[in-house]
Amino acid sequence: MAEGLKIEIVSPERLLLSQTVESVTVPGTEGYFTVMSDHAPFMTTLRSGFITVTNGASKEVFFVRGGFADISPAGLTILAEESVPFSEFDHADLQTQIKAAEEELARADSPDDKSYAQQFVSGLLNLALEAQQLNEAHIH
Amino acid sequence: MPSLKDLKNRIDSVKSTQKITKAMQMVAAAKLRRAQDAAEAARPYAERMGQVLSSLASVYDGQSDAPVLLGGNGKDQVHLLVVATGERGLAGGFNSSIARLARDHANKLIAAGKTVKFLTVGRKGHDILKRQFAEKIIETVSYREVKNIGFAQASEISQKVQALFAAGEFDVATLFYAKFNSVISQEPQAVQIIPAKIERVEGQGEVSNSAVIYEYEPSEEAIVEDLLPRNISVQVFRAMLENSASFYGAQMSAMDNATRNAGEMIGKLQLSYNRQRQAQITKELIEIISGAEAL
Repeated sequence: MAEGLKIEIVSPERLLLSQTVESVTVPGTEGYFTVMSDHAPFMTTLRSGFITVTNGASKEVFFVRGGFADISPAGLTILAEESVPFSEFDHADLQTQIKAAEEELARADSPDDKSYAQQFVSGLLNLALEAQQLNEAHIH
Repeated sequence: MPSLKDLKNRIDSVKSTQKITKAMQMVAAAKLRRAQDAAEAARPYAERMGQVLSSLASVYDGQSDAPVLLGGNGKDQVHLLVVATGERGLAGGFNSSIARLARDHANKLIAAGKTVKFLTVGRKGHDILKRQFAEKIIETVSYREVKNIGFAQASEISQKVQALFAAGEFDVATLFYAKFNSVISQEPQAVQIIPAKIERVEGQGEVSNSAVIYEYEPSEEAIVEDLLPRNISVQVFRAMLENSASFYGAQMSAMDNATRNAGEMIGKLQLSYNRQRQAQITKELIEIISGAEAL
């Protein structure tokens, strides 16, 4: 293995993680992707999802909402609008958000509003599903 | 000449004032430490953001099709002054020094024939500025109930500013706040946020960025457009954190001064109280002695 990938996860409030790891899986706007060391320079915006940091056998998961990832020869920097470790992730809050979004969808009347709300709801539902899967698979 | 009882009352009242200022000073010191930690924790994000933005923005150097948040809308007529101050007083010159900087700036712009609008963040700034610019304040945001200022509040303000910009309400936005240098020194600052002033990273940053070819997803333009509004939120957030650290710093030194002044006052009052007491005793003695002599 090469010397590893330097990764930093920063939210406006604090620096969440700064260490050298094996690989990181990141939720890009156009799909999940995995970064290992010596990745080609790459920049993308992020959607809501979970970052999985793999280091040997240990895995660490972070929730991120919005922001972008910058992969340069120096390493991976994730500037998240909001980010918390998975252990602090609020499942109940997500459920209330889904409920609010579904009500919004029911109220939407113009086709534009409807498709936007639909997208929003399915995004959130996806998130809940992922969270659940992680919860089951995760070593707690 | 105040009576002995009056003096005693005054001493007691100054003593209780001193107790209050002393307590406020200690509370401010504790809160200052927390505010400083928050400001420091936010620094890496702002720094990375600046680096990324400056490397991206160089693409638009000298081009006319730059996004409006970066290149401006080509006009310079209406200015929005976003003035961030504290929610409370009793912090020495903290609120008034920020307001003064904003007022001077506004007067200069008005003298140059520009239109000025205000958006005040914090109740105190609004109170000071409304004396002169009451009809120019378009909105006041107050976070009096919010205990810890978070990024959510900053992005709320930033969205307000951007909505106004999109509606063509102003051409240039400047943010006013106090930069925290140390407990005894807070410096009022003016930072232009729209169009964005981006610091160019000289030297090594440029070399490494031009040497590598980045891949962008979805596209470079989309990323820049996503980034610029976020940058405004970050700037506002930083200003608010600096402000809260500055506020507690200013309050701490103001309350320290007040405690010391109260101490001095108590000393003086105590002295005149003692003198008067002594004078009264002497007077009574004289009366007794002269009475005894007369017999």
